[in-house]
Amino acid sequence: MNLGYYPGCALHGSSDDYEQSLRACFGALGVELNELDEWICCGATAAHSLNPKLSIALPARNLALASQRGFAEMLAPCSMCSMQLMKAQRLMSKDTALAEEMARIVEAKPNGTRVLNLIQTFELIGLDAIKAAVRRPLQGLEVACYYGCLLTRPPEIVEFDDCEQPESMERIVAALGAKPVAWNYKTECCGAGMTMSSEETVLELSHKIIADAAEHGAKAIVVACPMCAVNLDMKQAAIEARYTTKYGMPINYLSDLVGLAVGLAPETLGMNRHFVERKA
Amino acid sequence: MSELPVNLTVQDSLVEVLESIARTRFCDCYQCGKCTAGCPRASAMDVAPNRLIRMLQLGDVEPALRSQAIWQCVSCETCTTRCPKSVDCAAIMDALRCEAYRLGMTSEKQAPVMLFQKAFLDNIRRNGRLDEIELIAQFKISGFAATRSPRFLMKDASLGLKLQARKKLHLRGEKVRDRGVVHRIFARCQNGSA
Repeated sequence: MNLGYYPGCALHGSSDDYEQSLRACFGALGVELNELDEWICCGATAAHSLNPKLSIALPARNLALASQRGFAEMLAPCSMCSMQLMKAQRLMSKDTALAEEMARIVEAKPNGTRVLNLIQTFELIGLDAIKAAVRRPLQGLEVACYYGCLLTRPPEIVEFDDCEQPESMERIVAALGAKPVAWNYKTECCGAGMTMSSEETVLELSHKIIADAAEHGAKAIVVACPMCAVNLDMKQAAIEARYTTKYGMPINYLSDLVGLAVGLAPETLGMNRHFVERKA
Repeated sequence: MSELPVNLTVQDSLVEVLESIARTRFCDCYQCGKCTAGCPRASAMDVAPNRLIRMLQLGDVEPALRSQAIWQCVSCETCTTRCPKSVDCAAIMDALRCEAYRLGMTSEKQAPVMLFQKAFLDNIRRNGRLDEIELIAQFKISGFAATRSPRFLMKDASLGLKLQARKKLHLRGEKVRDRGVVHRIFARCQNGSA
């Protein structure tokens, strides 16, 4: 399978452990990730907060580059990026005048590459193919599958899973032999891009998520977004200090679990670079 | 007190501007409060999301623009997802932020959030991609200039070492080769609504 790949800024910055995990995992599954040459930032919260036109134009530029490259599908493993790309695509498909204006602004015409989040990419490979590749089943490891905000919201834009009770990640981890726990915070917000600008917000929101996962017996939280990982993993020590408690809750990318199950070593997946250490 | 940047007539046209940015109609809201019920930040807001929309319905734009609530919003899209009338509440928050920023009406208490977004966009305009170190430096400098708080300046000082220990610190950020096209996209998007 020949898949387009839009890493986004986080995966080429301090979340490059996520890219390491993706490349190792997809490599083991025989899927090549073809990085989109000259991709630019999607604009993220900054663009949609301060400049609405730019928040459509930046994703539109990337969509145009992707269609020029002939990508039928393109993985965007950050849920902010994938949502922004899908949103620009959706708005332009409904509004020809906007599509024409954007083609002028970004000097190219976007034309039909399908943007996929990480879960959709594993679904494209197929649960049966993943199951067949499992060498070391996860032995009933109890995990909380955490979707956060933008994998399932807004539903009219992302058109993915159930926006209140998603189950797609649970099906994947179950195929690996893990045991997804039932819990209450799978689509609550972690504080997203407020990590630096409003730390208190992130500590409060992420604390509730980790506490609920622990209360429901999870031994790890699984994520499919770099911002979720930063807030739950990198900020976990600050959360524990702020709320005088101890969780030691490992935060794994979904590709970490798939990678482990197909026989890769944690170090190959970059799991030794997480903040909260993995329990043996 | 400084002179207000908007008067009543301007407020009327501002309602139209906000509706067009948000691509939604304020009058569709029937004030059920579901947006506020699901909002993870409502308890920290000076004005709840449904009340912000009520202000806009009544043409009371200025207090909405000056609220700190719009900078507390984490853009989680829960309000938009659950609205029974398909009012795009998260897009209304965006529209209010855009206009508050454009008109220089940002709540002072919430300045760091706005300054972070501004530093983020400046950074992308220069490089095409985010340079984290440059972003943090610019955010800290502009935030310190606004708050004069040494605590603000030093708060994340140990972060670099923690990132370095995990080989997550990249002293030189990436740049796209064709930065000209990025500059042109930004320039073309400055004209018009924001």
